Parts: sequence; C-alpha cells; structure tokens
Amino acid sequence: MLRAYIPIFLFILVGIAFAIVTLIVSRLVHAEKANEVKLEPYECGIEPQTDARDRYSVRYYLVAMLFVIFDVETVFMFPWAVVLDRLALFGLIEMFLFVLILVVGYAYAWKKGALEWA
Amino acid sequence: MPAFITPTVIAHLVLIFAVMNMLVLSSAFMVWMERKVCAYIQDRLGPNRVGFEGLLQPFADVFKLLLKEELVPKAADKLLFLLAPIISVAAALTAFSVVPFGTQITLFGLLDPPLRLEVTDVNVGILVVFAITSMGVYGIVLAGWSSNSKYSLLGGLRSSAQMISYEISYGLALAAVVMLAGSLSLREVVMNQSGYWWHLIPRWYLFLQPLGFLIFFTAGVAETNRAPFDFPEAEQELVAGYHTEYSSMSFGLFFLAEYVNMVTVSAVATSLYLGGWLGPFLPDWLGWIWFLIKTLALLFFYVWMRWTLPRYRYDQLMEFGWKYLLPVAIVNLIVTAALVIWLG
Amino acid sequence: MSLFDTDELVINMGPQHPSTHGVLRVVLRLDGERVVGADVVIGYLHRGIEKLSEHRDWQQIVMLTDRMDYVSAATSNLGYCETVEKLMQIEVPRRARYIRTILSELQRIASHNLWLGTHAMDIGAMTVFLYNFRERELILDLFEEFCGARLTYSSMRIGGLPLDIPSGWARKVSAFCDLFETKIPEYEDLLTHNRIWKERTRNIGVISGADAIAIGLTGPPLRGSGVPRDVRKDEPYAAYDEFDFDVPIGSAGDIYDRYLVRLEEFRQSLRIIRQAIAGLPEGPVVGKVPRLIKPPAGETYHAIESPKGELGFFIVSDGRSNVPYRFRVRPPSFCNLQALPRLIKGHLVADVVAMIGSIDIVLGEVDR
Repeated sequence: MLRAYIPIFLFILVGIAFAIVTLIVSRLVHAEKANEVKLEPYECGIEPQTDARDRYSVRYYLVAMLFVIFDVETVFMFPWAVVLDRLALFGLIEMFLFVLILVVGYAYAWKKGALEWA
Repeated sequence: MPAFITPTVIAHLVLIFAVMNMLVLSSAFMVWMERKVCAYIQDRLGPNRVGFEGLLQPFADVFKLLLKEELVPKAADKLLFLLAPIISVAAALTAFSVVPFGTQITLFGLLDPPLRLEVTDVNVGILVVFAITSMGVYGIVLAGWSSNSKYSLLGGLRSSAQMISYEISYGLALAAVVMLAGSLSLREVVMNQSGYWWHLIPRWYLFLQPLGFLIFFTAGVAETNRAPFDFPEAEQELVAGYHTEYSSMSFGLFFLAEYVNMVTVSAVATSLYLGGWLGPFLPDWLGWIWFLIKTLALLFFYVWMRWTLPRYRYDQLMEFGWKYLLPVAIVNLIVTAALVIWLG
Repeated sequence: MSLFDTDELVINMGPQHPSTHGVLRVVLRLDGERVVGADVVIGYLHRGIEKLSEHRDWQQIVMLTDRMDYVSAATSNLGYCETVEKLMQIEVPRRARYIRTILSELQRIASHNLWLGTHAMDIGAMTVFLYNFRERELILDLFEEFCGARLTYSSMRIGGLPLDIPSGWARKVSAFCDLFETKIPEYEDLLTHNRIWKERTRNIGVISGADAIAIGLTGPPLRGSGVPRDVRKDEPYAAYDEFDFDVPIGSAGDIYDRYLVRLEEFRQSLRIIRQAIAGLPEGPVVGKVPRLIKPPAGETYHAIESPKGELGFFIVSDGRSNVPYRFRVRPPSFCNLQALPRLIKGHLVADVVAMIGSIDIVLGEVDR
C-alpha cells in the first residue's frame, strides 16, 4: 500500500529539483551588478529607519488559536465521513453531539468577541 | 535490460515527467489566457506580438526573468530567502500528484496492464491535496519574514491570517463530499459521479452539494491568493507584498506557484464536484478532454473574477470566513450527513 | 518592556508607492495593520510656482497654472484668468464665458474619470481604470482639437480665449455627451451595488459636515459630508448662473458618499455642457484687453470650483511692474489633504489607500 506514495515523493523531489535547476540556470546567465543602494530593502525610496524584525503585534492571534482547535476537529470529521454509511444512525448521533460541543465553543468565542480583532 | 524496466514502469516515469511539464506549461498558458481575457474584458487587445496571438509571450517573459539580476536584500535571512520560493513551487506542483485526469490508456494495446492517467492513487488522496496545498503558505510567510522588508512582512502576516480564515470551511466542505462518496480517493470520488439522473442530468456532486461547491471554490480562491482575496500581494497596498524583494527567477517561481496552484485547485474542484473526466460523446480513453474543458472553465472563472471585483480587506475575509462560511459549512455537513443516513 | 509588549511598526508609504498618487509620503505607525498615527510629508514635487509667478509676465503665468493640477489644467487656467480679469475689471464676452464653462465641465469629467479609475484601482477593481481612461481619451481628443494640447492646455487667456472653437467641435462635444451618458452605468454596474465595494467604502473615513468645514475641506469631500457648498452655485463665475444644475450631496460623509457625489457630478456636468452647447451665443471670444497687461494697484481673491474643490487665487498687483507683486494659490488638493491623518487614524493599511483616493489629490497642486 505504501508503494502508492512513492510517486508522490518522486514528485516532491522532481518539484524541488525543478525549482533549484531554474534558480541555478538563472544564476549562470543573469547579470550581477549589485551595489549598496540596490540591496537596501524596499521602503518606497526612503532609507528604512527601523528594522522590519521588531516585535510586531499580530492582532489576530486569538483567532489563530481558535483555528488550531477547530482545524484538529475538522480532521476528526474525515475518518467519520468515510465510514458514515456503516456507522449508520449511531455514527450520525455521535457526530451531532461532537459538532454540538464544537458549536457551543464557537458560539462562546463569537459572543466573547474573539472574532472581532481588527 | 533489467527485468523491472517494463513498459509500465517506463510509462509511469514518463507520466510523472509529462504531468510536471503539463503543469508548468498549463501555467504558462494560464498567464497568456489571463492576459488575453483581461485585455478583452478591458477593451484592449492584450499580447499579440510574440507568437500567434501572443501565445509565446509567457516564454519571452521567462527568458527575460532568467536574465534579470537577482538581489538578496542586505539584512535578509539568506537561506530562508532562497528556500521560500522553492517551498512554494514544490508544494504547488506536488499537490497535483494525486489528481486523476482520465481513466486509463493502453496506448493502442502497448501497455499491459493499462496505465491509469494519474501519477498515483492513494486511498487518502483528498487529505494529501488538503495537506500539501496548505504547505504553500509556508513559502509565503517565510518569504515575507526573511526579506526584512516591512511590506513583505505585512504580506506574510496577511497570508497566515488568510489561511486561518478559510481552511476550516474548506475542510468541512471536503468532508461532505467524502461522506457522499464514502472514500477519500479522488478516483473513487469521480467514479461515484458516473451516470445520470433521468438520463439527463449528470450525477455530479455539484448538484448534491451546491453550497459545498461554493464554499470550496471561495476557499480555493483564497488559498491561491487570487483576487478578490489577493491580500498577501495586494500591489496597491503592499506594493508587491511578500515578494516585494524578490527578483529574477525566484520571483518567477512564486509566479509559477500561484498559477500552478490555480490549476490544481480547479482540477481538484473538477474531480470533486464536476465529475472529473466523465462526460458524454467521447470514448472512455479520451475522458481527459472533458477534464481539460471543465478545468479550463473554472480557470476562466478565476480570471473573470479577478478583473471584475474589487479587493476585499483581510479582516473582512476573516470575518466572512468565521462568521459566514464556517456556520454554513457546518450546516451543510450536518444536513448532508442526515440525508446520507436517511436516504441510504 | 514586558514579555508580550509589541512595538509600533513604522512604515513609509511613498513617495515611491503605487497608490499614493504621485509622490505623497505618509509615515504610518502601525499596530498590526491598524494605523495609530500618520504623518503626511509633502514637498517632493515643489517647483515654486507661486514664487516663479512673481517673475513672469501676466500672460505667461497661464502656462504655469497648467502645471499645478496637471490633470485639470483648464480649470486652473480659468481660475487664474478670471482673477486677473476681476483685478482689471475686464468684461469677458458671453461666447467666451460659455466656451469656458464647456471646457471646465469637460475637464471636470476628465478629472473625475481619472479619479474614479485610480480610486477603484486602489481598491483593486482594475477594469474600471481602463474603462475610465477610454472615455478620458475622448475628452483629451476634444481638447486637442480645440487647443492642440492634450494635458497642459494653456487654453485660456486673460480677457477670453486664445481662439474660437473649430467648426464642428460643438457637435462633437454633444456626441461625446450622448456617448458618455451610456458609459456611466458601466462604472456603476461594476461598483455602486457591488458588495465588496460597499464593504470597502461604507463607514470608512467618515467625517461630519461640521468637522469638514472646520478642517477646510471643499469640493466633493465636503459635499459628501452633506454640506451643499459649490462655488459654481454660491458665487457663480463664467456662465454658471445661466444654467440649471443640481449640487449633489451625501449624507454619511464616508468614502462611498464621496464616490456617489462625484458620480452624480458626471451627470450634472453633462447637463451643463448640453445647455451651454444648445445656447452657445455668437460673438467674439476675446474682450477688450490692453496690449500690455498691467493691472492697477490692488489685491483680489477669486475662487472657482475645480474638480477637486475650491481653487482660489490671491493676487496683489503694485500697479507699476508687469509682474504680480504677490501670487498665492489656495489649492483644494492641499487643503483637503489636511484631513488625511485624521481620516486614517484607527483604520487599516488597506483603507489608507482608499482614503487617499477618495480625497482626490494631485501632488502637482499640493506642492506647486
């Protein structure tokens, strides 16, 4: 069964190789005339006054945390979805409960204003 | 000749090579199509000098990019800076590896057993697509962070904000299809859509899952960073967003990744909702023509949208994703589940 | 600094930025993408037009006014010429005043075309840009036929016009009006009822009527806030008192209202042009003007309604030399730009470009 994955790995390798080869080919033929000013990061023609790697605020981090939880829940749905017809009514009710718990958490987060961040 | 080099093995290798080329060429074609369609939308002619009707324009562009100077900004994290486009392109290309684009061919009896038109058929194909396409965001975030440019940084941040807005609904929409098909293999999903209702309407999941299709496609547009959701590169706001500092071929690779992603999302949407290679009139082994037509139709829609709509704002997309798409996706999933059980 | 404190991100937007409409520089202080503070830096296009004018012959200054608001040269010409005429008390023939009105309304349409195109493009709707330039092109053709230039027209002279309109020109203008009327719905189809457009523009950059007056906004940004102030109506110049037209006003004072106001101005301009073409009187196009222009000693201020707002000229003449003693412009772009820092505070980076677009500035006029 795992043999089916070999082509995927081959594909990844070929993909990476393709990217690297293009970069190398470009490196061989393109011009190299960099200078101090050219290498400055772009900031609309003004010399950057501050570093771009300061501590910046990621205001949506709360949503990002919620995302991690919900995304894991989504993954649980897949195995269930595949065998739903065999689980029949039992599976359906189980999943309803599962989704219900999810929705309660979701509604709570919404109510608490976790989704208004901007 | 060693024994394991059978015509089938050779055919497989040739297939991998062919699919790779097909993807790269189709994105070149997409660049041309995008420019041409947008030109006609805007009352212009578009590229028409290089090759017939400008068909060779993308190649001319690639040659130009190859010859351009490549700059790595001073304070950039050099390794990540170089790695980012490679990750983007590799993720974009690989996602296509589990998409079936035809039944099987024997090349006029040459191949035995016949060759299936896909790189591989794994039993969790949908998950593979889901996983690999999400990898692309790493390329963008890394590019944004490693450039040490503020515009790139904002672009990278936007990209992750975007990812967390649509991904859940995307997954839930997929789960509903999986439920109908009872399988995670894209080939089986397509096969399950064969036949007609009342000899007229094809049994596409589009008709069983109209909402699911809309959610999937909307999320797909967001995933490929295309207008109206092209925030990470929004040129009027962030100049060029995450690839502001990229030049030459490393910029070209991001460009390629974007178009390959579009092709992949359209191809997956075709398989999941539009019956893949299934279609009337053509013999089975020419099914890939149907596949091409459907994928192209979706791609055309992509282009059409880009040149018609204004851009959303990224907090609005997040609100849309969490407050509209997600509830709808959950309801869609539950209703589908109930119907599947009820109607068997 | 505690473990979780973050810094403000200081980012330069402009002068080399795709959507700061030229060389405007805005220094933004960001918290995430929210703007906590903004400083507007201008002067990158300063050419000293005001000072330069104090060393130019009165007629030569017309050429300099072209270079202020270079997408709306005809209205700048008109403003200057009328100010000098007021200073010298020159009577301008009726035909010249009619043609001036036609020219400045055509110019208003062209300027609004450029505004709508770039504004929509800032918000990501690229196609609107090309549609607008398609129509603007036709106006430029009309101007070219009238005065030979397509951008910096120098199309007016003190006391009237340099020359009469070419034969058949009036018919072409009417034809353009008929054509343009069918094109406005095209822009509206793409934007007015578009959900994304509405979400991007409604309740963004709101300014109340009282605040707008306090800051000194004029033109569409002021009218968008519901203040029915229009120099064409309140202090008529050229031939505006002879025509029927409405002054559209908004209510919310947001970007969307400013958009609606300008869109309605398209229609009102067409109305004015049609009336002017229909009633175009015969006669000369230049009044009685002395060969050597030397206004009597004194000062005057005269304002017109340029596409961007109230464009005023303050001129002092000492009555002796053949150059102005003092030449000062009240540029609408500059005055309206003052509202920017206060408009964008608290909004996101994406809204900043929308806001810059909605005030409709031309840096040539801001910096002069």
